[in-house]
Amino acid sequence: MMSSPVGVFADKLVDFIEYYFGWLLTLFKEILDLALELLGYVLNYPGPALFILVLIGVSVLITKRIVLPLLIGAAFCIIWWMGYWESSMVTLNMVIVATAVAVIIAVPLGIWAANSENANPVIKALMDFMQTMPAFVYLIPAVIFFGLGAVPGVIATVIFAMPPVVRLTNLGIRQVPREMNEVADAFGSTEWQKLTKVQLPIAMPSIMAGINQCIMLSLSMVVIAAMIGGGGLGGDIVYALSRIDIAMGFEAGLAIVLIAVTLDRLTQSFKEKAIA
Amino acid sequence: MSSGTTRKRPIKAVDNMFHDRITVGMEKIRARIKGSVKNFTEEHRPPPKKVRTAKEIFGGAETPTDKEGNQIMIRVRNLSKIYGKHPQEALRLLEGGLSKEEVQERTPNNVGLYDVSFDVMRGEIFVLMGLSGSGKSTLERCMNRLVEPTSGQVLIDGLDFTALGEEDLRIARREKMSMVFQNFGLLPHRDVKNNVAYGLEMQGVPESERLEKSKTAIDLVGLSGYENSMPSDLSGGMKQRVGLARALATDPDILFMDEAFSALDPLIRSDMQDELIRIQSKLGKTVVFVTHDLDEALKMGDRIALMKDGRIVQVGRAEEILQNPANEYVDRFVREVDRTKILTAGLFMRKPRRVLYVTQGPRTALKLMDSSDRNDMLVINRDNRLLGMVESDDVLRAVQSGDKDLSNVVIREIPSVGPDTPMKEVIQIMVTTDFPIPVVDGDGVFLGVVSPSVAADTMGPGGEE
Repeated sequence: MMSSPVGVFADKLVDFIEYYFGWLLTLFKEILDLALELLGYVLNYPGPALFILVLIGVSVLITKRIVLPLLIGAAFCIIWWMGYWESSMVTLNMVIVATAVAVIIAVPLGIWAANSENANPVIKALMDFMQTMPAFVYLIPAVIFFGLGAVPGVIATVIFAMPPVVRLTNLGIRQVPREMNEVADAFGSTEWQKLTKVQLPIAMPSIMAGINQCIMLSLSMVVIAAMIGGGGLGGDIVYALSRIDIAMGFEAGLAIVLIAVTLDRLTQSFKEKAIA
Repeated sequence: MSSGTTRKRPIKAVDNMFHDRITVGMEKIRARIKGSVKNFTEEHRPPPKKVRTAKEIFGGAETPTDKEGNQIMIRVRNLSKIYGKHPQEALRLLEGGLSKEEVQERTPNNVGLYDVSFDVMRGEIFVLMGLSGSGKSTLERCMNRLVEPTSGQVLIDGLDFTALGEEDLRIARREKMSMVFQNFGLLPHRDVKNNVAYGLEMQGVPESERLEKSKTAIDLVGLSGYENSMPSDLSGGMKQRVGLARALATDPDILFMDEAFSALDPLIRSDMQDELIRIQSKLGKTVVFVTHDLDEALKMGDRIALMKDGRIVQVGRAEEILQNPANEYVDRFVREVDRTKILTAGLFMRKPRRVLYVTQGPRTALKLMDSSDRNDMLVINRDNRLLGMVESDDVLRAVQSGDKDLSNVVIREIPSVGPDTPMKEVIQIMVTTDFPIPVVDGDGVFLGVVSPSVAADTMGPGGEE
């Protein structure tokens, strides 16, 4: 089938990137592979029982409550009992790595957008594009650049889940009252001190809301990422779909919901802490 | 733990029970980690980088003096600030004799300040006063370059401050000057002591010394005991005390205050004004104080600059401005707030040391009156409304007849005045009684008292003609 010049351009662009920046992409892939492998090792090392205990302990420290962590423990027990432990760990691994990469890229981008009137509209347009372009489309170049497996899944997830962090970081910093910026200047702060000691702490609730959104979007991408061999719970669902296996599909779906609720509640309590 | 609401929600109760323990435990662990990190960093601290100090920057210049030999701390010369795209063009038109309105009509620019010159002496409180939009805040911000002036000079201690590079400007702001803001400008994520220490942190003072100095500043403004409170827990007056402490903590020569007390209630504002005057006379700082309130300007200012449309209309001491208004504008401004109106009861009232609540028993009342050595005392109800006064003889009778409260012995017909009542009238009332005159607002809420001694002081030489 013939493509219009738009499609041809996208095609050529992908070729161009692969030819000239292939080495950079390979480096990126290796780093992500390493991160996934290391985190996977950490997640799988303790085994389900110990993992759940540690999870409860960490939740207690984060939320400073006792009931919610116990409920979280119960949720993971259900996942274990249903037999989706290993898939869950793969999914959790991908979500954590994707969110971490997204935050590392998105927060500086958001800060840049907040401080530059030139960069702001460009970044805004880019974020709109990234968020509205159907997520499946990212899979095509991701496969070309990174092959099959978890890494292209993570990359597609990062692109899809990053915009809210950029937007809310931008918004949070722009909403810092003018007087606060004047305080920083009047006491002779450097730009770096102004950012780290005044703007970011005041913008923190907004940034945390963005990170929370980012995690939720990452989770919603796991099924799509599974289509290019991302594996995990998404892989189970794709498999169940191909076999019209209602039981398996529902169980894997429920596991995703439980993980989503857990991560949401944990990051929410971070946000509350940032506000207080 | 066992109140009605928590019993209805057992999960919340359990949660709350653990919440406190977890918090305390984590706080301990955090403190221990912080301690060991601190030890480590203090052992391995790199030698401090050599940066210029404000002394080196300002050392070269010679402080100018006026005819009487007073040192000029800040000298502002032909300062202009034009907002908009082509400031130079607007400036040329202004030099050609066009007014602010005409220039703003002909060009897309906005005139903030035009050709402002004045001197601020070392150790004086200099008030910039004008209505909103007169450019007083812009002028103050040009003096510490939060707003960059379009043209003109600001000399601080004889040094051309407007010509300083970015690094020197930062150093000067850290050590030479500081600022107090209208809406306090406290960092919401820091407690009081760390808010106060912000300027010291910028100076690179080590943490232990920082907190020590911050404590001194907090004591100075009378906030001892609130070091660990968060700004959100404080009242407006206390917040501005923190703002003041932060500005004083770096021991600057110059204090810029931008409508610093405008957001406060009248009585607290009056307290803060007294506080600033006390601190200023103790530390001898040079204060540039922006306000739109003529009462405040007259009370605070050693000298006052009256501004209109981005220009200074008159500079002088309060009496000079009141007696010889430089032009019609000043005259009108001053007359609108004419002298008998300026000297109102609200300005001179104080909080009394003690008042009685009507619900208090007569025995308690007697004891309080005895301990404060008075035969009479004002009585208010729970809503802070003034009811009247009681005399000790009557209270004694109430004790003997076994009254539960003071309502039977309150003398309700006593003279009172409003905060806007001119002092002239207050004094006329005062002559007929021996008591402090209570001040109440329109709803009968008790605000304070004007005592004869205060009134006598303030109505002294020059007050009445």
